[in-house]
This record gives sequence, structure tokens and C-alpha cells, in this order.
Amino acid sequence: MIPLAWYLTFAAALFCLGLYAVLARQNAVAILMGIELMLNAVIVNLIAFWRYNEPENVSGQAFAIIVFAVAAAEAAVGLALIISIYRRRETVMAEEIDMMKW
Amino acid sequence: MTASQIFFLLFASATLVAAYLVVTVRNLIHAALWLVASLLGIASIFVLLDASFMATVEIVLYIGAIAILIVFAVMLTRRVMEDVGPQRTNTWWFGAILAILFFASASTLIWLTQWPTLPEGDVGNTVLILGKSLVDPSKYVVPFEIASVLLIVALIGSIAVALPSKQSE
Repeated sequence: MIPLAWYLTFAAALFCLGLYAVLARQNAVAILMGIELMLNAVIVNLIAFWRYNEPENVSGQAFAIIVFAVAAAEAAVGLALIISIYRRRETVMAEEIDMMKW
Repeated sequence: MTASQIFFLLFASATLVAAYLVVTVRNLIHAALWLVASLLGIASIFVLLDASFMATVEIVLYIGAIAILIVFAVMLTRRVMEDVGPQRTNTWWFGAILAILFFASASTLIWLTQWPTLPEGDVGNTVLILGKSLVDPSKYVVPFEIASVLLIVALIGSIAVALPSKQSE
């Protein structure tokens, strides 16, 4: 029997690795990978809470499916933005994309 | 220690090692491949949680679509991604400290809290219940339809954003 706290600690560690990638990586694609890791940690939490609290009600899984759809939309739009910026500015480094900074 | 606990520790440590390599490795193609390994580990965690449909969706959608999309993006922006120059920002230590602090506080709270134990018995046919509840008007049909509209908007929006503009040609 696996305690619920193990899953939650695992998800927290995964979330923190994604957080580090978002805060510390220069490359915009690497930042997107960090966001994917964070979203996955959230989904692990949702599924773990569903399994341990009320497995007869599928609300946790339905919520996780919505998160999957949002993650797919986010990845598509984010990568399209990165490719568009790369075409105009010849860079995907987060520090050089400062058109909106004043 | 039961067999399922040993499997959990095995899968979780493999996933965390792969995720650590995703955030630290210099070559972005390698990082994307480690991301695939990490997502595979998360899918096996879903299997341990009796969420077979979620494990399938994780493999088909995340590994099959999102990770491949990221590999394509890395390849399309390849020239600046040659391993020259720093891959970390100057303030990377701030991010590391913040992540470690967040993990310390979250895990302290997790281990101080009394969590429910695993309910007895089988979960039953969750795929059937899930499929029915996603199209049931009294349950989740509205979020389901909104998610599909969101996906269409994202599809059209990403095509519109990534299309080369007329002036640049």
C-alpha cells in the first residue's frame, strides 16, 4: 500500500524541477519544457487525490482530461510564438526577447 | 515494503532523474528526449494509481504529440541552439533557491498532514464511467465542449501566429 504522501512528495519534486527550468533556463523551448513538467505534476496530484478520496466518482479524472487539453493548446500556441519570434529576431533566448520592455 | 511500493520508488526516482536531466542538460535535443523518458515514468505512476486511461492519454498525447512538437521546435530553431554561450540566466541561483524552498515547505506540509488511506476494493470500470460522464449534461459536458473549442482556437491561432507574414517574403 503506497501512502498518498509519497505521490504528493513526488509531484512536489517534479513541480519544483519545472519551476527551476522556468526561472533559470535561457532558451524559450526549455522554459516550455519546464511548464510541461509543472503541468504533469499537477495532473499526478489530481489523479492521486481522485484515487485516494473517491474512486467511484470520476471528477478527478475529468479535471485531469481538461488539464491535458489546456496543456496541448498551451504547447501549440507557445511553440508557434517561439517559431514566429525566431523568424523575426533570429533568437529564442528569453533575455533577448524584450520588445515589450520599456 | 510491498511490491507496489518498490515499483513506485523505482518509477518515481527514474522520473525525477529524467526530469532533472531535462532541466540541466545543455543540448536541447537531449533535454527533449529526457522529457519523453520522464513522461513515460509519469505514465507508469498513473498505472500504479489504477488510472489506465490517463496512462494511455499520457503516452499518446504527451509523448506522441507534445514532446514531438517540442523536438520539432528545437530543430526549427537549431542554429542559435548550438551549445555555445550559457544556457542558464545570470540569476539561475535565485530560481534554484526558490525551487528548493518551495519543495521544502510543500513536503513539510505534506508530511505533517493526515491523509486518507487507500479505499478498499477495485475502482471498477472507470473508462466507461468517465466516457459517460464527459457527455452527460448533468456532469461534465460543458467543460468538455469548452475544451474542444479551446483546442480549435489554439489550432487556428498557432497557424495564424506561425505563418510567415507577407512583408517578410
